[in-house]
Amino acid sequence: MTGSILFEAIVFLAGAIICVSIAKQLGLSSVIGYLLAGVLIGPYVLGFIGNEGDDILHFAEFGVVMMLFLIGLEIEPKNFWNMRKSIVGMGGIQVGGTMLLSFILFTLLGLEWKVALVISMAVALSSTAIAMQTIKEKGLMNTTFGASSFSILLFQDIIVIFMLGFIPLLSNTDGNASTVDKGDHTNLLNNLPMGLQTLAIILSVVLIIVAGKYLIVPMLRKVAKTGVRELLIASAFLIVFGISFLMEFVGLSPALGAFLGGVVLSNSEFKHELESTLEPFKNLLLGLFFMAVGASINFIVIANSPLTIGGILIAIIVLKAVVLFITGHIFKLKLDQKLLLTFSLAQIGEFAFVLLSFAFGLNILSQEEMDMMLVITALSMSLTPIVGIINERFILPKIGTKESVKRPMDHIAKSQKIILVGFGHFGSTIGRFLRSHGVEATILDHDSNRVDFLRKMGFEVYYGDATRLDLLESAGIADAKIIICATNKIEVSKTISKIVKEKYPHVELMIRTKNRYDAYELLNLGNENIYRESLETSLTLAKDVLSKMGFRKYTINRQVRNFIKYDEDSLRRLASERKYDDNYIFKAKKELEQQEKFLNEDFKRGIVEYDNHWDSEYIRNALNSMPEE
Amino acid sequence: MKKILILFSHPKFEKSRANSALIERIKDKEGVTLHDLYERYPDFHIDVTAEKELLNQHDVIIWHHPLYWYSCPPLMKQWIDMVLEFNWAYGPEGNALQDKTCLNVITTGGSKEMYCSEGVNSFSVNQFLRPFEQTAKLCGMKYLPPFAVMGTHRLNDEDLEDYANQYSKLIVLLQDEISLKELKLATFLNDLPKLKTS
Repeated sequence: MTGSILFEAIVFLAGAIICVSIAKQLGLSSVIGYLLAGVLIGPYVLGFIGNEGDDILHFAEFGVVMMLFLIGLEIEPKNFWNMRKSIVGMGGIQVGGTMLLSFILFTLLGLEWKVALVISMAVALSSTAIAMQTIKEKGLMNTTFGASSFSILLFQDIIVIFMLGFIPLLSNTDGNASTVDKGDHTNLLNNLPMGLQTLAIILSVVLIIVAGKYLIVPMLRKVAKTGVRELLIASAFLIVFGISFLMEFVGLSPALGAFLGGVVLSNSEFKHELESTLEPFKNLLLGLFFMAVGASINFIVIANSPLTIGGILIAIIVLKAVVLFITGHIFKLKLDQKLLLTFSLAQIGEFAFVLLSFAFGLNILSQEEMDMMLVITALSMSLTPIVGIINERFILPKIGTKESVKRPMDHIAKSQKIILVGFGHFGSTIGRFLRSHGVEATILDHDSNRVDFLRKMGFEVYYGDATRLDLLESAGIADAKIIICATNKIEVSKTISKIVKEKYPHVELMIRTKNRYDAYELLNLGNENIYRESLETSLTLAKDVLSKMGFRKYTINRQVRNFIKYDEDSLRRLASERKYDDNYIFKAKKELEQQEKFLNEDFKRGIVEYDNHWDSEYIRNALNSMPEE
Repeated sequence: MKKILILFSHPKFEKSRANSALIERIKDKEGVTLHDLYERYPDFHIDVTAEKELLNQHDVIIWHHPLYWYSCPPLMKQWIDMVLEFNWAYGPEGNALQDKTCLNVITTGGSKEMYCSEGVNSFSVNQFLRPFEQTAKLCGMKYLPPFAVMGTHRLNDEDLEDYANQYSKLIVLLQDEISLKELKLATFLNDLPKLKTS
């Protein structure tokens, strides 16, 4: 069967590559691409993967497992404590509210209370995988919305532990195990009476915490001593797989175990090492997970009762949205942040798969009930990105760009409008300096709390995505003299550059870039004013180093000016010399080659040698070498 | 027609009424290159190669600056130090500026009366400008008497307008290769009868 496994791998990879590329090109999130790829290759469209969908889902869960492990790593107990208010507050209101409302809803639909309770638990959860992926992609992690989402998702991830511990108590019979999708695993729990099951769950959680401290960290230290890098990678996987196995053994969600393991290791010195090791695998496996979700959408179940499913789906999404909106409101989020929160977390999460199967295994749910809820879960996940797009393109623009109060400006600012995109550390320094000269830049930023604050300070600020032409237009790009891209996101700068060059060629662009490579790209788009954020700073440091070594400051200062001029020249030369392809594998190698080339050139050029100004010795020598008359 | 290069240096040009009037009047004249040093080199890092090239392309070099502490502003001194290189501008092989014409155009807050042996400043403007004169000579250039706008604190807009017109006429004279003898006779080029405003 290896042939078929290979073939399946090819199908998955090709599907992912094609669909995600297309999605990205259309400016959609990668999640949509994966889901679509899953639907396409799934049993109901192309049928490349049939009944193995379940196995794939099971394997792909490692993506979710790893994600939660990494999220766990991010959370140091200390930070956790600092965030406790928003985690417990927001998360509690959201989960409690959603459970209550959906419990009422499903009871009204005529389900037995136990069933309604289990389903409402499942519905209360949102998809950490989808939401976090989207937030990271859009670079909104540091906004209020990002932090709020994180809090709520975290609370859900934790509450699942209790839910899983609680569900066995609802069981009608001594659960007949192994009808669960993880069929052939030994499941300790099924042979235990109910109270003990709950106890076992609590015990295994404690076991992970203890093992993390006294087993895993010492092991990692030993491994690190060997200095063999791949052993560390092996260890990282061993930890994740080991925890997953243990959790499945006692019949718990592996993802939760992994999350706990992550938290336990978040204080250890291996935190960053583990993060960088697992990150690439995580993203790919998450992609696989989304594809599996897409593939597991059971179109037959949908075809049988489309109205019921559609109705429940919409009811659940609306219900979740309302609760999220209210939660945001209680915690005084801005309207647009509330909307983002509402639309990003309104889906049912991947833990629903776990909860529902678990409850089915315990005979709480019937086969039909489970199938229906699984379909609804998958569909709600698939809808999220689409709803997000509607919010972004149609709703936010209407509320985000509130016409701000025009302030009287002096004649310079009035006749020459400046637009500043991005008001982070870099942009705000620019803005402050301009303002101290009476030049009021119009600011565009996508963090609405910052926007609000800036408005209070009397700036003219527009909120939203600066790559949208309509936003640029309402910010007055038509009359602008200069637009400054102070964002460090090359994609944003590139898009703005393309829009401005096409529609408003008279507006001058001034762009911050992180490094040479971003600068090349922008130069090749025909931009002149590129500011590499590290150039001057690193040379200032180098200047001070040489000064401490006994070089005269003034001389070094002049050499720095020379160096910058020369480096700017070479930057422009190299940008036109060849098209730089940002291929990750070659990146490091190219970088080294280039550095070597620069160093060689610097040496040949002898920046220091040719400087003869104020050099009396040089003049003396020249005079002495003259032939005697 | 001779080409004229005005090396203008003023660290606070935006606040100078007198210089604004002068510069505004001549900056767009044909055959005149206005080179604003403080605008071009705010960090004092002079591009020597470019400056030499500029000098090669012109016949008349004007150092236009306010008189600060009886001398030029620091960036112009920096320019002199950096650009007039040994064995290019002066020295055994330095003849790049040979036979070009050179002069100072200056503005002073103090009136003409202050600049004499009995005045507050003890010496005349021409005496204070000796270093520039000698610099020009060493580079093989012909040095002309200065064109000076003095007592600027007390000049009204019409006075400044007159000076600006004189400056403009002087530029024309320099372009038309007026005989240097005629020019050298004056203490100040302002005194030339040809500049008298009609």
